[in-house]
Amino acid sequence: MSGSVWLPLLLIASSLLPGLIIFGLAERRVVVRTLLNLTGALLKMVLVVVMFWGVYHGQQYEVRLALLPQLDFVLRVDALSLLFISLSSVLWLLTTVYAIGYLEGSPHRSRFFGFFSLCVTATVGLALAGNLITFLLFYELLTLVTYPLIMHRGTEVSRRAGKIYLRYTMAGGALLLLATVWLYTLTGTLEFTYQGFLSDMATQHHPTLVIIFVLFIAGFAVKAALVPLHGWLAEAMVAPAPVSALLHAVAVVKAGAFGIMRVVYDVFGIDFAVLLGVTGPLVVLAAITIIYGSLRALFQDDLKRRLAFSTVSQVAYITLGVALAGPIAAVGGMVHLVHQGLMKITLFFCAGNLAETLGIHKVSEMNGVGRRMPWTMSAFTIAAFGMIGAPPVAGFISKWYLGVGAMAVDQSWLLLVLAGSSLLNAAYFLPILHAAWFREPPETWPEERHFGRKETAWALLLPPLVTALLALIVGVLALAPFSPLAWVQFVVQQEFGVFQPKTNIPN
Amino acid sequence: MILHSETPWPALLILLPLAAAMLSFLFPRSAKFTGVVTAIIIALAVVGFGWHLQSEGVYRHAVGGWGAPLGIDLYGDGLTLLMLAVTALVGLAITLYSLDYFNTEQARWFWPLWLLLWAALNALFLSADIFNLYITLELMGMAAVALVALKGGRDALNGAMRYLLATLLGSLAYLFGVVLLYHGYGTVDIALLAERIDHQPVAWAALGLMGAGLLLKTALFPLHFWLPAAHASAPAPVSALLSALVVKASFYIFLRLWFALFAPLGGEVAWLLGLLGALAILWGSWQALRQTRLKLLVAYSTVAQLGYLFVAFPLAAVAGVVLWHGVIYLLISHALAKAAMFMAAGNLLRFGGHDRIVDLNRSVQQLPLSTAAFALAGVSIMGLPPSGGFIGKWLLLEAALQQGQWALAAVMIVGGLLAAAYIFKVLGYAFTPSTSREESIPIPATMAWAPLLLAFASILLGFLAPALFSLLDIGSPFERGAGS
Amino acid sequence: MNSAILYALVGVGIFSLGLYALILHPHLLRKILAINVMGSGLFLVLIALAKRTGEPLPDLVPQAMVITGIVVAFSATALALALMVRVAKENHRAELSDDESQQP
Repeated sequence: MSGSVWLPLLLIASSLLPGLIIFGLAERRVVVRTLLNLTGALLKMVLVVVMFWGVYHGQQYEVRLALLPQLDFVLRVDALSLLFISLSSVLWLLTTVYAIGYLEGSPHRSRFFGFFSLCVTATVGLALAGNLITFLLFYELLTLVTYPLIMHRGTEVSRRAGKIYLRYTMAGGALLLLATVWLYTLTGTLEFTYQGFLSDMATQHHPTLVIIFVLFIAGFAVKAALVPLHGWLAEAMVAPAPVSALLHAVAVVKAGAFGIMRVVYDVFGIDFAVLLGVTGPLVVLAAITIIYGSLRALFQDDLKRRLAFSTVSQVAYITLGVALAGPIAAVGGMVHLVHQGLMKITLFFCAGNLAETLGIHKVSEMNGVGRRMPWTMSAFTIAAFGMIGAPPVAGFISKWYLGVGAMAVDQSWLLLVLAGSSLLNAAYFLPILHAAWFREPPETWPEERHFGRKETAWALLLPPLVTALLALIVGVLALAPFSPLAWVQFVVQQEFGVFQPKTNIPN
Repeated sequence: MILHSETPWPALLILLPLAAAMLSFLFPRSAKFTGVVTAIIIALAVVGFGWHLQSEGVYRHAVGGWGAPLGIDLYGDGLTLLMLAVTALVGLAITLYSLDYFNTEQARWFWPLWLLLWAALNALFLSADIFNLYITLELMGMAAVALVALKGGRDALNGAMRYLLATLLGSLAYLFGVVLLYHGYGTVDIALLAERIDHQPVAWAALGLMGAGLLLKTALFPLHFWLPAAHASAPAPVSALLSALVVKASFYIFLRLWFALFAPLGGEVAWLLGLLGALAILWGSWQALRQTRLKLLVAYSTVAQLGYLFVAFPLAAVAGVVLWHGVIYLLISHALAKAAMFMAAGNLLRFGGHDRIVDLNRSVQQLPLSTAAFALAGVSIMGLPPSGGFIGKWLLLEAALQQGQWALAAVMIVGGLLAAAYIFKVLGYAFTPSTSREESIPIPATMAWAPLLLAFASILLGFLAPALFSLLDIGSPFERGAGS
Repeated sequence: MNSAILYALVGVGIFSLGLYALILHPHLLRKILAINVMGSGLFLVLIALAKRTGEPLPDLVPQAMVITGIVVAFSATALALALMVRVAKENHRAELSDDESQQP
């Protein structure tokens, strides 16, 4: 049984150790650094595959270490954590490749890749956390290690962004700490448990539990960028493209969304949360965020800012799926964790390519760019259609389940929200696509670099192509065994007790 | 049951640094060697003493066979051991750091004074009677004042003088309390006093005088006025040991007296201490945030962090032993983290020739190890997981929420946020590229690594809580203070 | 009221007088003297209380304490005076400077 202890630790170590070693490397040791990064990333993927196999066959993976006399540091692998870990390990590998290309020749790369690895470590730790205190630990670690990444360029603008980011996330972290300690004084335990561990609490504690719930959600909402706590996200856009990509697809915003899932499912328990009446307001909050984010995205000319507000909107889908408190919607929300990750990282990779290769930062500069960079824009197009929710790209699956799920719990008004959001998505993505493919390119690009006969460097082109392809595959093959959808249904069965989703997918 | 067992370690812990102080005074050329050897032997002796405590339980020894009330007793339990251990660890780091820090003239005085201070600290932690504590307190204070003045210059001398006056006043107030207690109960032995003390005006007066004196030395708000100037103007290793160890020593005495003598007396006093602690957190953090000089920022941070130690007092009556474990944990992790921080700040100051925060860019970027040390120590100071500071803060917060003390909980959380604000105010400059290209003084490896290792230790503490708590259970002094 | 208590009260008075002077006078020499006065007051209290038992042979412990205390006070005064001379040279007067500006 030793493997069951060592595997979670190895999973953490596979990015922690490379990160720490990279800090000590001299700037010019490119080969060693690249080797370390890729070895760690590949090792992590192998470990994830091994664990998938194990968890599917009922294997338990758990590490425990006493942190306080009655409180442990717990790493535990369950189906939900594997979902998140597999997303982050795949995207880490691709983003690392991308970042190597993106940052070629720029200063402070050892620092960058060191913190980059720590960022993934924190994300994996979040996923593995088996109780709230462990979760909190990695949540704060994530805040600390993403700060240097956001500040990486070292300009006045990025300093300001870093400051704003810290203000939001530190305050959020403080709320979480408060909520966690308070809960602990009531219950004496913080272990994540299927269907929660609070349902036995006496009625007199219910008002307190509602307050604690609000504190938790407020704490997570900062990272998940729920309105009105989304302010930092657009500012953080000054970070280098690979950082934005990782932040928006896996690391930070997903940490918030994942936290909401953990608290609703494994702390309060979905039934108890419904009983407390806290899910309804969360649905409204998510709906508002979905529409608000899309509306704001509509008016951004800066491409990365437009994508950032799109993230605000899209991540709220996950929250919506959780808050709807029905199994079908839960599948939609949870699977969007993966789907949104794949699509959004593609979009950010592409935006980075445009900026690096042609110096394009604004939507208004994108006329005819499809002819100059057809591969990049193809990937961008696939991801954009996915975001809009067009079949057969992954985004469609999420939205379908959310819509059906909303109806299943008699919240049909949300169909309007979903439809409205899709329309708005179309309204801010289609003009970009139209301009890129059908308008005449300008005489000169703002800042063009040439890469021989290729449209851009391999390391920059390959990752978005792969992620776009993945977004397509998980959409088309959603019903295949071991697709994210299938795995999510497995997770939802555990969180809701017994349940077999029977919704048909038209494809 | 107290075992009267013999072991050479405590005597060695006191006599060795004392002898080494004399040696380094007489033979200044080999002072560095003497210092390093002493530091290493002390570390080993602490381990040996810990071993002894683990197997034999609480230690008590009558020096020269006289015994109380006339003779001097040495006493050691788990709390003593932890204080000695932290002192040994921080002391070792300071010793290594100081090897290259001082010029020949300053080193001539630094080593004897530092070793003398170390002897005073060890003796203080091992003392069993309140008069002997007075002597060690004075020894410590005078060595500390001289160390502050070491560098010379207007700020350092003024800071040292103010510090001297404050510390002498504190000692006299404390001695007055000793006199009253001896008058009232006919002994100066803490254990005997604990048996005899009762609700009499003389006990109250003694509590007031000794408490005020010790709190003045511990720099609890609003008695902190002397601290920022002294701690900020001293040489870096001295700042480190003042903030990490010296203020903790007087707090240690206060804690001992509180458990043994005063806790049953002072329900309202506990609340006063808690209130002052809360004000210290807010005021100190706010002042730290306002500073434009790095070392002053770190010094005000000490004022704030000392506040946390006192916030626990009003909670203790209900929360019990585990809360005191939290306080000790905060004390230890602050000692490690703050020593690391001052040493890192010293490196930045030495490298760039100044400690103006807004101009730190270049130093911060050229000294990644020192910056990392500052950042890691900062994590512990902010109380973020995983760090020793987090464990301590968690236990305090838990007690506050358990008892519905919302104001105290809020102060602790706000204090953490303010700490984040002032630490990141410094770290923010680690990323902006600098334009100035001035001359700079390189930093030797020992000076870069000593703070980093201490900072690592303060993080690592986050995972050692169960082990250290069980050490504290050796002759736990907290039972009495917690109960009642 | 026996003489021991009288002496003790006088000691307390001297202590308070010293405290008053320490706080009030800006001149460092006066401050140092004030601290010495406070110490003397305290020693007087100690010696007086040694006789509190009323037995013919006074309690020896306080006397031992006073001797130790005098040694401490002596060395503290020496340190304070030495420091004062340095401060006076630096400030051009034997007073503490109020401004806390930190010269690098």
